[in-house]
Amino acid sequence: MDIFLQQIINGLVLGSIYALVALGYTMVYGILGLINFAHGDIVMVGALTALSVIAGLAGGAVPAPLILALALFAAILVCVALGVSIERVAYRPLRRAPRLAPLITAIGVSILIQYTAALIWSKQYIALPEIIHPTQFTLAGASFTDLQLFIFLLACGVMAGLLWFLKHTRLGKAMRASEQSPDVAGLMGIDVNRVIAFTFLLGSALGAVAGLMVVLYYGIGHYFMGYMLGLKAFTAAVLGGIGKVNGAVLGGLLLGLIESLASGYIGDLTGGVLGSNYRDIFAFLVLVVVLVFRPSGLIGERAADRA
Amino acid sequence: MNRTRYLATGLFLVAALLMQGCGKEEPPKPAPKAEVPPPPAPTVVKIGSAAPITGPQAHIGVDIRNGTQLAVDDINAAGLTIDGKKIKLELVAEDDEANPTKATTVAQKLVDSKVVAVVGHFNSGASIPASKIYSDAGIPQISPSSTNPKYTQQGFKTTFRVVANDDQQGPVGAKFALQKLKPKTIAVIDDSTAYGQGIADTFEATAKAGGAKIVAREHTTDKDTDFKAILTKIKGRKPELVFFGGIDPQAGPIARQMAELGIKAKFMGGDGIQTQNFIKLAGNAAEGAMASMPGLPKDQMPGGAKFLEKFKARFNAEVELYAPMGYDAVFVFVEAMKRANSTDPAKFLPEIGKTDYKGVIGPIAFDDKGDLRNGPITIYVVKDGKWDTLEVVTPGGPPAAVPAEPAKAAEPVKK
Repeated sequence: MDIFLQQIINGLVLGSIYALVALGYTMVYGILGLINFAHGDIVMVGALTALSVIAGLAGGAVPAPLILALALFAAILVCVALGVSIERVAYRPLRRAPRLAPLITAIGVSILIQYTAALIWSKQYIALPEIIHPTQFTLAGASFTDLQLFIFLLACGVMAGLLWFLKHTRLGKAMRASEQSPDVAGLMGIDVNRVIAFTFLLGSALGAVAGLMVVLYYGIGHYFMGYMLGLKAFTAAVLGGIGKVNGAVLGGLLLGLIESLASGYIGDLTGGVLGSNYRDIFAFLVLVVVLVFRPSGLIGERAADRA
Repeated sequence: MNRTRYLATGLFLVAALLMQGCGKEEPPKPAPKAEVPPPPAPTVVKIGSAAPITGPQAHIGVDIRNGTQLAVDDINAAGLTIDGKKIKLELVAEDDEANPTKATTVAQKLVDSKVVAVVGHFNSGASIPASKIYSDAGIPQISPSSTNPKYTQQGFKTTFRVVANDDQQGPVGAKFALQKLKPKTIAVIDDSTAYGQGIADTFEATAKAGGAKIVAREHTTDKDTDFKAILTKIKGRKPELVFFGGIDPQAGPIARQMAELGIKAKFMGGDGIQTQNFIKLAGNAAEGAMASMPGLPKDQMPGGAKFLEKFKARFNAEVELYAPMGYDAVFVFVEAMKRANSTDPAKFLPEIGKTDYKGVIGPIAFDDKGDLRNGPITIYVVKDGKWDTLEVVTPGGPPAAVPAEPAKAAEPVKK
């Protein structure tokens, strides 16, 4: 039982990380109907920027919390600049183009960021200096750290904050209006370009936060880390219902749980035929099944005409 | 207006980032040595080198390439004359990215550029598919590091290696673990590559034969970073030892995550984890981890101290793992050329099998398959953040020194 509980905890934390990344995908999709494939790489840039700052300051006189704050600040700054520039340079000129064009640019941008990062940070795995020492708690035989708890609460908190923001603030209302009909929103005096740029700003800042969490949790960074993470987070967003903020979190948590439980029990269930390295099969199998029965995801609404 | 401002800040930051990056790129590639061409133009003979120069395992691949480069430079500096002709060696270094598919492309490229011999590849998973291409072209290949037994068991006349293979390494590691740690229960993880799975299989077989219980056999991949789920499962089986067949980018995080989950078991691996990188990635969790490594400890190699010094002076880097093997491999080729009095692979290939050479790593001689005879294996342990020598074992040397069961252990990998 304690092992099962431990797997649930592993899954929830992994899922929270997916959820944080998935939020970035889902926000952009909600407004632009564009799958921003470069988002995983923005997370990677955030992670590596934070790593560089931490590595540069660790061991000196600067206290750990201040280092983390500076790392987060630097990561957000770089990611926001990157995200907004990408939108301006790669997506805005194509906004009226056929849907396939921005998708292909997105993939191109993703590859561009990856290899630029490889030039800057080299292609090697970079280790995080040990500046944080998470405290361990035990609950019914399963152990978890305050860092894991924090990541989980952060994902839920960010989701709640976003939901509130979209519902109650002027900018949030403008975002929802642009989502429904960019043209009419423009006629109503909303600067749609600004709203979209802000969406990228917010999404990239969230990506930076996710990147810092990944670095703190796994202790390593790598120029290619955004690829699989992005793919999984995208899957999570689709699973929950892409375009829905709460869907992204639900999908992320679910995907994390499935992966964790599949790795833990798939070997025993199949009598050793399939090992834990086949866990992704289960994750994507669930995705296919959900999409067959609910094409717009678990809590997504029926796809509108635009999609 | 706002738009322009966003754009300007964005571009400025990206530019700043790029410029900052330029300062700290990867260590510069060794500059081609400026040589004064001697009056009679010497015949150029090309030696190939294939290893991962980019990607997670780049540090190990660059190490091998530098070792071979050093050998080529040394031989050229000393002057080489074969069949009355002055010979100048030239290294053709290719990057296989530790990728089996890329390895065959690289192999074909080397064959096409008319190399006479190849030092490589690093990964067993790369050496094995590439060996077919070298064999078809009749080009001898010495792997400095591929330890999967299958590499020399394909019936090719061109495959050699200057390390002990996993039929020797896995059992030696397992015997050592059983004797020194006496674990009753062992969990085995591998990274689903030819190397990782091979060494994990032989370790498991020997440990089982020695009376230990294998409580879990798990697989991951060579790209993963999250091992919490399989480690949690392993935790439930309460092993006293966890063995990992794989390379440091996974081994480091595994050791770290074991500590986070409160797994008290000892951690052990093969030569793929016996690197500085492992200690960096694992942090404090590296302490007490053990690894077997073919070959003598760097400083105990007959030519070790001198080689380390020379290597450091030339590349301003410490020897990571297999540079001495790469260095010796080039000399083995050249010695064979001298004996055959020819640089034609068809002529000097038969001579390689008869090698009896005292290299940096010790005496080098091959058995009829091309495996290193009596390759020593060293067990290391991490102590105070450094790899420390624990014990040197010479398998099959004096009979019954380590009664390994290679025949049985090799079964899953043979075919």
